[in-house]
Amino acid sequence: MKKHLLPLAILAVLAGLPLLGLNSYVMHILILTIMWTLAGMAWNLLGGYCGQVSFGHAAFFGMGAYSAGLVHLHLGLSPWWGFLASLPLVALVALGMGMVVLRLRGPYFVLATLAIGEVLRITCENLTDFTKGTLGIMITRTWVEKTHYYYIILGLAVLTFVVCRLIVRSRWGYYFVAIREDQDAAESMGIDTTRYKTIALTVSAMLTGLAGAFYTNYMGYIDPGVVFSLGEISILIIMVVMVGGVATEWGPALGAGIMVILAEYIRSLPLIGVAYQTMFGVLLIVIIIYLPNGLVGDWPVLRRKLLRRGATA
Amino acid sequence: MSMLEIRKMSMFFGGLAALHDVDFEVRQGEILALIGPNGAGKTTLFNCVNGFYNPSEGQVLFKGRPITGLKPHKICQFGIARTFQVVKPLSRMSVFDNVLASAFLRNPTRKGAEDVTEEVLHFTGLWDDRDQLSKGLPLGKRKRLEIARSLATQPEFLLLDESFAGLNPAELDVSIDIIRGIRRQGVTVMIIEHHMKVIMAISDRIVVLNFGQKIAEGTPGEISANRQVVEAYLGEEHGA
Repeated sequence: MKKHLLPLAILAVLAGLPLLGLNSYVMHILILTIMWTLAGMAWNLLGGYCGQVSFGHAAFFGMGAYSAGLVHLHLGLSPWWGFLASLPLVALVALGMGMVVLRLRGPYFVLATLAIGEVLRITCENLTDFTKGTLGIMITRTWVEKTHYYYIILGLAVLTFVVCRLIVRSRWGYYFVAIREDQDAAESMGIDTTRYKTIALTVSAMLTGLAGAFYTNYMGYIDPGVVFSLGEISILIIMVVMVGGVATEWGPALGAGIMVILAEYIRSLPLIGVAYQTMFGVLLIVIIIYLPNGLVGDWPVLRRKLLRRGATA
Repeated sequence: MSMLEIRKMSMFFGGLAALHDVDFEVRQGEILALIGPNGAGKTTLFNCVNGFYNPSEGQVLFKGRPITGLKPHKICQFGIARTFQVVKPLSRMSVFDNVLASAFLRNPTRKGAEDVTEEVLHFTGLWDDRDQLSKGLPLGKRKRLEIARSLATQPEFLLLDESFAGLNPAELDVSIDIIRGIRRQGVTVMIIEHHMKVIMAISDRIVVLNFGQKIAEGTPGEISANRQVVEAYLGEEHGA
């Protein structure tokens, strides 16, 4: 019971937050933070634990988003069915993609995922009869008020947290880390590396798809340039995890909080606000150099540095 | 009974024959040493047995069953484990977790895998280092971690690639005891080694490779009296 105390306490606080009567802007920030936490945790499973860095998670986010948009557009169903529709679709694409790109190692894998994200965006832009292309898809939001959305994304994030925790602490989790550390060693330990990489990719993709399906329902409008975006989705997911802590349980949540607030803050600055992506780039470089394991991962190092500075001052 | 049979095995890299028509068997329960000068093809042979390479010609039979060309993880599941000459610790995992990840192969439950891990760590003398990250271990212990990790897959046949290289005399004795202990548990061992004292002390039989070909096979006594072997190691004038 004791080991579940921290997550349960955090969950209790989060569940109670809307009762404080926060204004809708703060609620919006909270919802985005939780959504990025979900996507970050999903990416972390593949990129952090299994070591397969994907620059193409917008592919899964976008497919999730379009699942919700398309069931509404073509079948006249509520876009909430997008969650259900996204799971088999994303799983299928991830499996197919895995068979091709997981044969590649290191930078080749990274480039292949990046290409797939872009290919899906361009496909989506050009299949105008099916997806309405760059016009995008508009849906009517179910609620104007944000509280419902807040609890829905919180529920999805809790689900993701539990799935990731169970996997990381099981045999699969050890296999993922073994693959990250040394694929040849993992193979010779009897680990079917292709199989377990495919599992990591598929689970990670399906969870990311849920975040995408939520996005459509929450924002009410999607277009390929946004939900399949390299800069605003694929790279932002990586930033969330890198800043917070690669292969840590709480890193994505911390990273999401920082990135969402930072994005809002920088964008509100006069003159340099438009260059927020450039500033993110600079931030990423700084993080990689000084805190390669992120804030959570490098916390012991960080604390020692701060203490030393405090002592000399 | 033969545990492993290598039949007419050749491995070509471009025009270079790293192995040429190599033919021998490893009998159940023995320790067979594979020796030869640098570049003789010893590690290539290991890679062909364990599935990293698919031999250009010939066959590998494990307990009479062909395993040529299978993937390394499949071969490991059949009961062949190996260590690496250049150690491959899972650096950012603790010693315990390194071995645990291996132990899951035959013990899907966490409890079972942890029991095996504990036993293997005691056996290899790494229990006191169990919480250390493996990248922080000194070389001698990293070599032993390789052995521990391969033992945790509970193999019937173990391939040890230079597990003694770079060890100090005290560590050598520890490792010799460990390998004798492995054999006592009924595991067949094939070992690549340069350390002649170790070879003579522990091996039942020796196979000598030179330029990819088998030039001799026999007991340690026979091998040390073999002219061709002495020539391969020391050059022709010395052999004469």
